[in-house]
Amino acid sequence: MYLTREEESMLRGDKGFSVKKSMEILVALGNIYGADKLIEVGSVQVSGVSYHNLGDAGLAFLEELAKDGRVRVLTTLNPAGMDLENWKNLGISEDFAKKQRLVIKAFEKMGIIVSCTCTPYLIGNLPRYGEHIAWSESSAVTFANSVIGAKTNREGGPSALAAAFVGKTPYYGLHLDENRIPDINIIVNAKLKNLSDFGALGYVIGKKAENKIPYITGIKEVDLDRLKSFSASVVTFGSKPIYYIQNITPGSEKYRIPKDNIIIEQSDIKEAYSHINDTVSEIELVCIGCPHCSIKEIAEIARLLENKKICPNTEFWVASSRSTKQLSDIRGYTKIIEKAGGKFACDTCMAVAPLKGRFKSVATTSAKGCYYSRHNKMLTKMGSIKQCVDAGVTGKWK
Amino acid sequence: MCGRGGDWKMEMKGRIIMKGKAENLALVTSQPISFYGGVDPLSGQIIEKDHELKGKSVKDKILVFPTGKGSTVGSYTLYRMKKNGTSPAGIINKECETVIAVGAIISDIPCVDFIDISKIKSGDKVQINNEKVIVMNSRKGE
Repeated sequence: MYLTREEESMLRGDKGFSVKKSMEILVALGNIYGADKLIEVGSVQVSGVSYHNLGDAGLAFLEELAKDGRVRVLTTLNPAGMDLENWKNLGISEDFAKKQRLVIKAFEKMGIIVSCTCTPYLIGNLPRYGEHIAWSESSAVTFANSVIGAKTNREGGPSALAAAFVGKTPYYGLHLDENRIPDINIIVNAKLKNLSDFGALGYVIGKKAENKIPYITGIKEVDLDRLKSFSASVVTFGSKPIYYIQNITPGSEKYRIPKDNIIIEQSDIKEAYSHINDTVSEIELVCIGCPHCSIKEIAEIARLLENKKICPNTEFWVASSRSTKQLSDIRGYTKIIEKAGGKFACDTCMAVAPLKGRFKSVATTSAKGCYYSRHNKMLTKMGSIKQCVDAGVTGKWK
Repeated sequence: MCGRGGDWKMEMKGRIIMKGKAENLALVTSQPISFYGGVDPLSGQIIEKDHELKGKSVKDKILVFPTGKGSTVGSYTLYRMKKNGTSPAGIINKECETVIAVGAIISDIPCVDFIDISKIKSGDKVQINNEKVIVMNSRKGE
């Protein structure tokens, strides 16, 4: 791999420990995947924030990096294991909170914006079409590549940090146009009515398209929230972190419809629900916001919860970024949701919070959320926002 | 190439993932390894269900396996093992991928790939010296 004189000096250690380690990571990855050089990135999204996943080792590593590591480009952060302000109310232990705060402190020292959201594109880290970025968090990577048309590989936490400290990433994979060409036509013959239907569609395509890049035809209308949900689901269940939807996502006009095709019928969507859903009726936790809720989703939750009460045996969480919640505060949605007994879980989410053993069952709008909840030994139900609100009010799934 | 009888020494050249030197007995598998969830960072034991090395400890060994798999959190697991003193002394892969590469680099564990790992058996004495891998067999009765 070709390195400039400045990059070679960074690799030697002239710019300190963190830059040296970062260059070692970037060069190794570049060599493994056949990059010929490093390219500049416009922004970075760093995952691996929850103390639940990092443990003491991850914390120690981040503290070591924070000694002299400073980000060179706009860098935002994935959700943490808890709401950084309201953690007590969400049942997080004192010990966990202490460790989680140390993780956050290390990231702050590096100059990272402690956004703690998986939807950086909703809170100001919005790349332009065609821009090279280095993001981790698979749902955001997929959204950025597909809906925005920015270019990023699916980074892990350390390789994203390395890109942030150097301001560059190796030029391979989805940074190259030749690797972004769709190679399977997904013909959607099914009617998709609500948010979770797009999670189910992601499940079907993720499983069926395997390692191919989907070009989806047959979808006429879809809003940003559904694209957000679909992006999370399709990559969780096995697809590459990029797709095209004809006449909807950028770049779809550039490519021919691939010859190979897979047809998705209503029965496939129904079957996806039967795989994602468990047999359970009592719901102990309702969580909406995987990926984090947009202000539009919060508005719908508030509308549905107005003058209702959450069942005393059920926890009702709205997971979102702190800045989106501030808009919700201003508009009065927060008041409505909290008056009904719902709680906001900012800075965190159902995929990374330490929920194991706390709830036996969960209802959510998210296929990805169901996938991670099963890791936490919960029984899962997926449905529309309305079905989830109803489950919160009655404590039961109907 | 040498045969496998008596004392012998074989040198192979690969690609440096993390430079450095390490020497010890090899622990070899033909199956990929996931450090997150697949290895106990406190003991160094492989705990993945149905793994052919299940129950074996990677601690201080030259760990030889085709490639990594699983969550990117595995890089931090390797780092944690290094801090706990339970990590392998060195890693040899057929083809390295992101999780193992990043883990080896942040943990300062010598790591080399593009090696024909079928030529190394568990119990062989193996030395890693940057891109060089030297396999020595001094086991009696072989």
